[in-house]
Amino acid sequence: MDVMPKWADVILIPLISILLAAILSALVILAIGENPWEALKLMVDGALGSTYGWGYTLYYATNFIFTGLAVSIAFHARMFNIGGEGQALIGGLGVAIICLFIPWPHWSLALLGATIGAAIFGAAWAAIPAFLQAKRGSHIVITTIMFNFIAAAVLNYFLIGALKAPGMEPATPKFPEATHLPSFQDMFNFGETTFFRGAPANITFFVALAACVALWALIWKTRLGYEIRSFGHSETAAKYAGISPTKIIMVAMLISGALAGMMAINNVQGEAERLVLNAVEGAGFIGIAVALMGRSHPFGVLLAALLFGFLYQGGAELALWTSIPRELIIVIQALVILFTGALDNMVRMPLERLFLSMRRAKQ
Amino acid sequence: MDFATLLQMLDATLRLATPLLLACLAGLFSERAGIFDIGLEGKMLAAAFLSAAIAAVSGSVWLGLFAGIGASMMLSVVHGLASITFRGNQLISGVAINFLAAGLTVVIAQSWFRQGGRTPQLTGDARFNPIDLPFAEALQNVPILGPIYYELISGHTILVYVALLMVPLTWWILFRTRFGLRLRAVGENPAAVDTAGVSVIWLRFAAVGICGILCGIAGAYLATALQAGFVKDMSAGRGFIALAALIFAKWRPWYALYACLLFGFLQAMSLRPDVIENVVGFQVNGQFLDVLPYILTVVILAGFVGKAIPPRAGGEPYVKER
Repeated sequence: MDVMPKWADVILIPLISILLAAILSALVILAIGENPWEALKLMVDGALGSTYGWGYTLYYATNFIFTGLAVSIAFHARMFNIGGEGQALIGGLGVAIICLFIPWPHWSLALLGATIGAAIFGAAWAAIPAFLQAKRGSHIVITTIMFNFIAAAVLNYFLIGALKAPGMEPATPKFPEATHLPSFQDMFNFGETTFFRGAPANITFFVALAACVALWALIWKTRLGYEIRSFGHSETAAKYAGISPTKIIMVAMLISGALAGMMAINNVQGEAERLVLNAVEGAGFIGIAVALMGRSHPFGVLLAALLFGFLYQGGAELALWTSIPRELIIVIQALVILFTGALDNMVRMPLERLFLSMRRAKQ
Repeated sequence: MDFATLLQMLDATLRLATPLLLACLAGLFSERAGIFDIGLEGKMLAAAFLSAAIAAVSGSVWLGLFAGIGASMMLSVVHGLASITFRGNQLISGVAINFLAAGLTVVIAQSWFRQGGRTPQLTGDARFNPIDLPFAEALQNVPILGPIYYELISGHTILVYVALLMVPLTWWILFRTRFGLRLRAVGENPAAVDTAGVSVIWLRFAAVGICGILCGIAGAYLATALQAGFVKDMSAGRGFIALAALIFAKWRPWYALYACLLFGFLQAMSLRPDVIENVVGFQVNGQFLDVLPYILTVVILAGFVGKAIPPRAGGEPYVKER
């Protein structure tokens, strides 16, 4: 019998963890001589106060949904894919090649092609660490870290070499007009009133939502998802039930890499419309925080990604209007990872004791 | 390549290998005790910032060094609490520590110095300055050995020699003392250590603490010896290269020295593309040299060149049987 009711595990613990992270962040803001309450108001206003702000919040959230889902599916197979950053970078390479070298007649086909390309490139980048984990037992965390660095070098190699646009900057040429994805500004334009003016959110947001639903169905409604989850709960039991560890490790990591790679259709094709160095900007790592906070559930990931989208856009506004640098967001992100991930038991143990004593009191 | 250039390259190798070596030995203590630590990078960064900040304010590099060690130890305590006391995931804790350091250093640096997330330039006593070993000047003209002694061995900061001395010291502690035996045992089979009546918790905290001290020295070296001040993200992946070196060395102190010297040499080469071009006759991509440590580590991990077997209880929180 579980010590705690399910709602406490799913809602209460993450909420307390976020609260702890928020309190500590507020202390940091206080310590550098700013007012946390004013800062929060600025963030809410900047990220949610206008459709422009929402456009940025949702754009960032789209990135984090993809990387969060990527980390989640690996978590379900009890693997820690820390390489979302590299997989998203290489996914961007796939998007760039597909957008630059194939003459697409229409954006919808380009989106389809780029999605497949990004997924294949991302999955390929996850394939080697996955293979080494499955066949050689090399720790996936170490190999994926190494592959993040190697990915950055590979990208750099292409951006100063084969794919470089004329000029000084290490970046690809601009993608052709036909690959332009409809932005929210294009989609929600009602004559006089244009919503989301100038914001980068685009149709990829809906692809991300679809990915959430698809991953939910995969994990909880298919045989493969069942196998992944049982492998994650107990490797020996899964083996005994005839589930091949090699297959599960490979498949889970390929899906994970593909999802991380698919982030590139948002930031490379949707926003920048060309590939630049450091296109991912840490979104691969934020996926870790998002997955931990969302309890590896696609719906939780969606909520956590929205929260981090808000933090990201709000943080940018803060940096603009106050002396609080953007890096404050990295601190908040670190605290969320710390409390929801590593210090989970610190919150959980006292709560379990509380629930246990409440139950005893009832009896 | 002439002899003088070679000496220059090796000199640079030694300087660049020092922070790697200190961080690598730090990881060695921690991982031998069964605590994975991917937060080496963050601890170095935090130490680099605080040492530079305190050295800049106080004008004393030694105060800076202690402050740096203190910053690194704080993060070690967090890691210890998360992974030993609360039996959390050590890898996730390490990730959190890396981000905490990356964010906090810039936020605090901006708040204290208002220079865009850096500290003021360090000069004079606020830095570790090169020390000349005895007779270095006098022996300079002795053929071959003179320049080697003068250029390569003499004229480094004290921390370089500290790092080199740490290698035999680490070996001695781990393989010749009772503490070391227990520390290694706790990384392989904590239950056995517990049965023998030795506290697993205490041993692991001690290992994490030593790791904090060494990472602190490594970080202080970056900001007060190798460079003159802290800049944003100045550890630049060195914590991860140290981690790679640790695997490359298969968790052994002397091999850690060789691995760090090798990786330091690669870094020194990527700083001197002209020299490589002269030697091999064609241009070598500097990026390639920078990632070569990671590629080599993956090859080692793949088991194509020997097999890297980590301490058996690594990453597992210890739960006493009830």
